[in-house]
Amino acid sequence: MIWSGPAEFFAMGGYAFYVWGSFSVFALAILAETIFVIRRRNQVLHQLRQEHKNKPNP
Amino acid sequence: MLSLINWFRYASPQTFYPLAGRMIPWFAGAAAGFAAAGLYIGFFVAPTDAQQGQVYRVIFIHVAASWLSMFIYLVMAGWAAIGLSLNTRLSFMMARALAPTGAMFAFLSLWTGALWGKPTWGAWWVWDARLTSELILLFLFLGVMALQAAIDDPRRGDRAGALLAIVGAINVPIIYFSVIWWNTLHQGASVSIARAPSMAKTMLAGMLLMSLACWMYSIAMSLARARCIMLEREKHTAWVADLAGSER
Repeated sequence: MIWSGPAEFFAMGGYAFYVWGSFSVFALAILAETIFVIRRRNQVLHQLRQEHKNKPNP
Repeated sequence: MLSLINWFRYASPQTFYPLAGRMIPWFAGAAAGFAAAGLYIGFFVAPTDAQQGQVYRVIFIHVAASWLSMFIYLVMAGWAAIGLSLNTRLSFMMARALAPTGAMFAFLSLWTGALWGKPTWGAWWVWDARLTSELILLFLFLGVMALQAAIDDPRRGDRAGALLAIVGAINVPIIYFSVIWWNTLHQGASVSIARAPSMAKTMLAGMLLMSLACWMYSIAMSLARARCIMLEREKHTAWVADLAGSER
């Protein structure tokens, strides 16, 4: 095992700011993109449902 | 001939839409699996670097983001070229769907690079050939997206964006070979086909697993975005109307 405990793990040998600054922004970007795409999908589906509802039934 | 017909069958949004929908969970699942394995190896198996200490662990996402930004650009330019030559709707939709994910990876490559550069080089940023050409890649992604969005007629926007994407593809080999062609502060390639990797096997494994995770993620994300684009673009067609009636 490389780490003797969680404190040492999170300290990253004194480079915590750089290592966690990289990984956290990376994770945030992926999370944000996923949320954007899900919202875009919900928006277009909502819009389609509205149009479908307003159309008179044949 | 038969296979050609089948291939073209999936080139229509109507048939590709449900196929993409079935593929997304598999790619997303593969991305999560590779990421879990890659992060475990990257943080708990790969040893401390003798020269850089723990900060080198940025490599596991930095290399993945950089590779994917270049690869996505080439795939996007490829779809753009197919779209321009065959005039297929789906190709342009894929080109549009890839651009934001590519821009995100180009940004992440620069961001993680800056956070790695500060403690190892003493500078967040230098106007080195590798860094500068990667910055240009980010601007190209943003330029393609802006151009596509700026033209009201979507088909014309597609063609304008496609042209810029194809011309800009020249930048990808420049990024890739920049560390060989010029004297750069950025280190040379860590992995190359011609010789054995210059790093510990576990470090390499972590890097490759994270790259695979990003690759699978990009496929899932671009398919999901392409599905949105298909619905937005083909709103007034019969197949989307049928779908709107059935889909929750």
